Amino acid sequence: MSVHKSLPHDAAPLHVTGQARYVDDIPVPANCLHLAFGMAEIAHGRITSMNLDAVRAAPGVVMVLAGEDFDEIPDCSPSAHDEPLLSDGTVHYLGQPLFLVAATSHLAARKAARLAQVEYEELEPILTIEQALAADTRFEDGPRIYEKGDVDAALARATHIIEGRIEMGGQEHFYLESQAALVLPQEGGDMVVHCSTQHPSEIQHKVAHALHRPMNAVRVEVRRMGGGFGGKESQGNHLAIACAMVADRTGRPVKMRYDRDDDMMITGKRHDFRIDYRAGVDAHGKLTGVDFVQMTRCGWALDLSLPVADRAMLHADNAYHLPAARITSHRLRTNTQSATAYRGFGGPQGVLGIERVMDHIAHTLGLDPLEVRKANYYAEMGGKAGVNVEKGVEAKGAGTAHKISSGTGGAKRFGGAHSPEPMEQGQQTTPYHMPVTDFILNGLTAKLAEACDYHARRAAIADWNASQPVLKRGIALTPVKFGISFTLTHLNQAGALVHVYNDGSIHLNHGGTEMGQGLFQKVAQVAADRFGVPLDRVKITATDTGKVPNTSATAASSGSDLNGMAVKAACDTIRDRMADFFAEQYQTKPAQVRFADGMVHVGNEAIPFDEAANRAYVGRVSLSATGFYKTPEVAWDRIAGRGRPFFYFAQGAACSEVVIDTLTGENRILRTDILHDAGSSLNPVLDIGQVEGAFVQGAGWLTTEELVWDGKGRLRTHAPSTYKIPACSDRPRVFNVALWDAPNPEETIYRSKAVGEPPFMHGISVWSALSEAVAACGPNYADLQAPATAEEVLSAIKRARG
Amino acid sequence: MTDEVVFLLNGAPVRITDQPSTRTLLDWLRETQGLTGTKEGCNEGDCGACTVVVTDADGSRAVNGCILFLPQLNGKAVRTVEGISGPDGQMHPVQTAMVDHHGSQCGFCTPGIIASLAAAHTNGETAFDDVLAGNLCRCTGYATIIRAAEAAASEPVPAWMQTDREAVAALDASPLPFAPTSSDELADWYAANPEATLIAGATDVGLWVTKMLRDLSPVAFLGGCADLKTISEDASGMHVGAMVSLTELHAAIAPRHPSFAEMLRRFASTQVRNAATIGGNIANGSPIGDSPPALIALGAELHLRKGATRRTIPLESFFIDYGKQDRDAGEFVEGITIPTQPDRLRCYKLSKRFDQDISAVCGCLSVTVENGTVTDAKLAYGGMAGIPKRASNAEAALVGQPWTEATVRTAMAAYAQDFTPLTDMRASSAYRLETAANMLLRYFHEDQGTLSNVLEVSA
Repeated sequence: MSVHKSLPHDAAPLHVTGQARYVDDIPVPANCLHLAFGMAEIAHGRITSMNLDAVRAAPGVVMVLAGEDFDEIPDCSPSAHDEPLLSDGTVHYLGQPLFLVAATSHLAARKAARLAQVEYEELEPILTIEQALAADTRFEDGPRIYEKGDVDAALARATHIIEGRIEMGGQEHFYLESQAALVLPQEGGDMVVHCSTQHPSEIQHKVAHALHRPMNAVRVEVRRMGGGFGGKESQGNHLAIACAMVADRTGRPVKMRYDRDDDMMITGKRHDFRIDYRAGVDAHGKLTGVDFVQMTRCGWALDLSLPVADRAMLHADNAYHLPAARITSHRLRTNTQSATAYRGFGGPQGVLGIERVMDHIAHTLGLDPLEVRKANYYAEMGGKAGVNVEKGVEAKGAGTAHKISSGTGGAKRFGGAHSPEPMEQGQQTTPYHMPVTDFILNGLTAKLAEACDYHARRAAIADWNASQPVLKRGIALTPVKFGISFTLTHLNQAGALVHVYNDGSIHLNHGGTEMGQGLFQKVAQVAADRFGVPLDRVKITATDTGKVPNTSATAASSGSDLNGMAVKAACDTIRDRMADFFAEQYQTKPAQVRFADGMVHVGNEAIPFDEAANRAYVGRVSLSATGFYKTPEVAWDRIAGRGRPFFYFAQGAACSEVVIDTLTGENRILRTDILHDAGSSLNPVLDIGQVEGAFVQGAGWLTTEELVWDGKGRLRTHAPSTYKIPACSDRPRVFNVALWDAPNPEETIYRSKAVGEPPFMHGISVWSALSEAVAACGPNYADLQAPATAEEVLSAIKRARG
Repeated sequence: MTDEVVFLLNGAPVRITDQPSTRTLLDWLRETQGLTGTKEGCNEGDCGACTVVVTDADGSRAVNGCILFLPQLNGKAVRTVEGISGPDGQMHPVQTAMVDHHGSQCGFCTPGIIASLAAAHTNGETAFDDVLAGNLCRCTGYATIIRAAEAAASEPVPAWMQTDREAVAALDASPLPFAPTSSDELADWYAANPEATLIAGATDVGLWVTKMLRDLSPVAFLGGCADLKTISEDASGMHVGAMVSLTELHAAIAPRHPSFAEMLRRFASTQVRNAATIGGNIANGSPIGDSPPALIALGAELHLRKGATRRTIPLESFFIDYGKQDRDAGEFVEGITIPTQPDRLRCYKLSKRFDQDISAVCGCLSVTVENGTVTDAKLAYGGMAGIPKRASNAEAALVGQPWTEATVRTAMAAYAQDFTPLTDMRASSAYRLETAANMLLRYFHEDQGTLSNVLEVSA
């Protein structure tokens, strides 16, 4: 079995020796051109004149194109045809590309791009939520509203009403490799595109559209990205299209990569949100109903803002059963970068809203926040799901225990997720009316609280705080339940292409892209397992629209679920053909042919796989197959807010302890324990890597990562000197991560669960722990906002003290 | 003299004559040499993806290749990720460990991390949070990388990592015409070329080229001025040459003023401190440079030179106004003297991120107390004005008063007369003012033995 094994990332030896090739590393022909954009210096207005003479005269410049040079300015939008590659005369945000320069070097293009003389008629920019609401600049005709039950009645009968507001900032992806594309023109006007993108088919579609050519004229190849995190789902379109337009006009290869500052000024980021809440609770802190109003600045263009905002609504409940709920979502149009996909895709924002409510309830009622959380959890999985669990355990076999130690704490692997509290009556539903049947957080939370000694530490921290005049500590345990599937249902499909060569080596291809998450390795493990061969027989190959067409973005944590299943289908097709062939040869039934241990076993014969492949070839058996998969059961009406948008929920919980300095607000994460549900993990060590990395990224979102725009709409944090992602010492000093070892009750690939996005929300435990530490400073509710920079923590301390 | 830049690249000599003097090592590696293992992540020395190992007679160190100009390498050796593997492709122990401990995900920061870890491994450094403070990774959350670093620490240094130090001695590199080899040479040249840009470590000037896209000419590279790289101590104090790196200063100052050393530990990153110089940090006149407040609080003197003329002034008077220093055209910083004194200095660097961040406020405080009464107070701050500046009203409120919390709180109220700080992306004016004053309270608490440092707490 090559699945469920902790194997290193397939490209790790290439990474550490510098041989792993990214777009900017691909050798280019000597006549390659390099592009740079000239960018708008105002946030909103009209261009009254644009003098590009000096740009054209600059050394090395070969071509300069502005909007007026196109009969139809190519569109870069993934959704609404509202993102012209270059300004059509209107400026929508500061940083918007106005013209592009093609030069003989990257540096020459950058230098020339700064020489334009542009004059504007400035208009008042819409930068804030207030301005957007006042001007009613929004996407869609009005707010989306999802409702369950009678919220107003529920609030009316509540013992307590808790209300407040949380503002949460956006987040720059800060993939280490900035956006990049390389276009190589082919005969007859065809184009080969190398692009750092999570969505090769989208690049293919947009480049073909820009060229007014069919999609079969464009082939897109992606070997790997230097990080994506959602930032390369749609934001690479501009570069690929720009390169293609210049390649088409010059016949020369063209490359474009953004300088880091340009990348941060031009591309979209995570949506910032304001969430207003009004929650009704009984005397024990149990919710009777919640009324949320979510507002988000989408930026100037639609991009993916609708599904992002939808997903924020779909996660307004997180792990909690809301007997009645109303979620109102305003998608506001502002003169800022067009906010885009970012790990969690609105989910973290929605989750932070309700986690904030939990903390606020606990503070108001004087309860341990964990008790409030548990009181409101959905009921534990039971019935049918439990049967599936048992089946899954058997299928998985024994002996997969693994231990990852980190920090001084080490890690444990926890056993089975049986239902301690089966549901007594009926089914609990989410605010979008989907029954929750696979909830495991009651048991998981109990395990984690015990493992990390939550209650004793919380008590000890309270004593410590009472004795300390300057420093205060806080601890918090927060859960996550994250819906898995694209909410645009048709995207839940994937394809694969597998060849077995007659020497027994296997060529594997699928629609997923590799951005560091280890997707290629996991899927290769699936392929090796299907054929019963060692992993080194499987060649992992670059994602290529010429091999697998019409792919969905590698996004929504879906990569392994979808592509793993598609690859399994392709492998099984070939395997079945080989089984038929050998069954006939040995006069047995195909079911008696087994693929294991590098052999094809037929009766008492064991044929080495390479020999078997050659014999099948000689026997004229097709050894190439496509595979296809579509997620079952999902169906969803996003306008009504009803249905089953998700195939299943991935879950987990995190407990973090922090210390704060009451003189400056400076803080440190002292310890974090995470127990995360990856189903029957395809590769535990890769999944733990995802959990660790996502946690730190999530903690960064809520602490040091602050996007600052000035009053003119200029992003002031556009480089790592001013925008601060977590550095090495920002990880928890004690960091224990373990996987909840139980199969997915749904029939996913080897009963695993998606793991890319869900653990991002474990970072909320840090924010919540900071809130607890601040609460130790005074009697008032401190109303901590996000990101909780040192400055925000100090402000909250003052509010706590009153 | 020749214009030829000569250095060892992954063990083999290279001779460069056709490159501009402000061509960065990174661009040259990637675009001219086709050595694409070393990556560009930010092109400003903040992410570390471009880290390489540079070796000279003083040893090996990690530096950022994106803000390192080719002439700075004359007579030295460079190892990129490709050359950190052995000549027959053997993996370095840190490479093996990074694979075994899953230290790479997307892999883009990895070559830089390998270079930082290889330099540390060569030098036996194991404070990995400091080693890696200048290497950003967005995927892993760092824990796996630290596990790898710890696992590799006990492995022997491979032979090929030990050859560069001797091999550079045999390099026939000649001094470059724009690279003086002594303070005297520099003085003559700069007096004759006062419009020139002096390049010490290039950790700031590098960005003038890579981000501001300026053409710098003429330039002089000061790395060869051996007599500006000395540290000497006598009864009067410590004399530090302008070209002493912050790494070297860190080691030298630690016995005298450990809090200054602790602040320098958090000053930028290992790569930047290995290149950046104390003279550069002072001479560029930044209001947020971290060393001036500490040096002002220590009463440091600044030695300036123009041609044959030398003068010494209190460091504090060097900073006149934002962008304006007491420095003539053609005059340069030759060094500083830190007077010997009892250590009362505490340095508080406040930034949005703990490590490798520019300070919102950097407070360096030295309060002398005799028989319970404050006899002297130097409260020097960066980030509070257009120049590094002392809180003179607060100091006046302390001196002559009993060393009590009441006195401290009275002095804290005076900060509003001392400073009107800016609001910017790092912090608001009000936050700066409040925390600057709170630093005095923290100083008092620390002096009383009250726990007040978040780094001293564990779970």
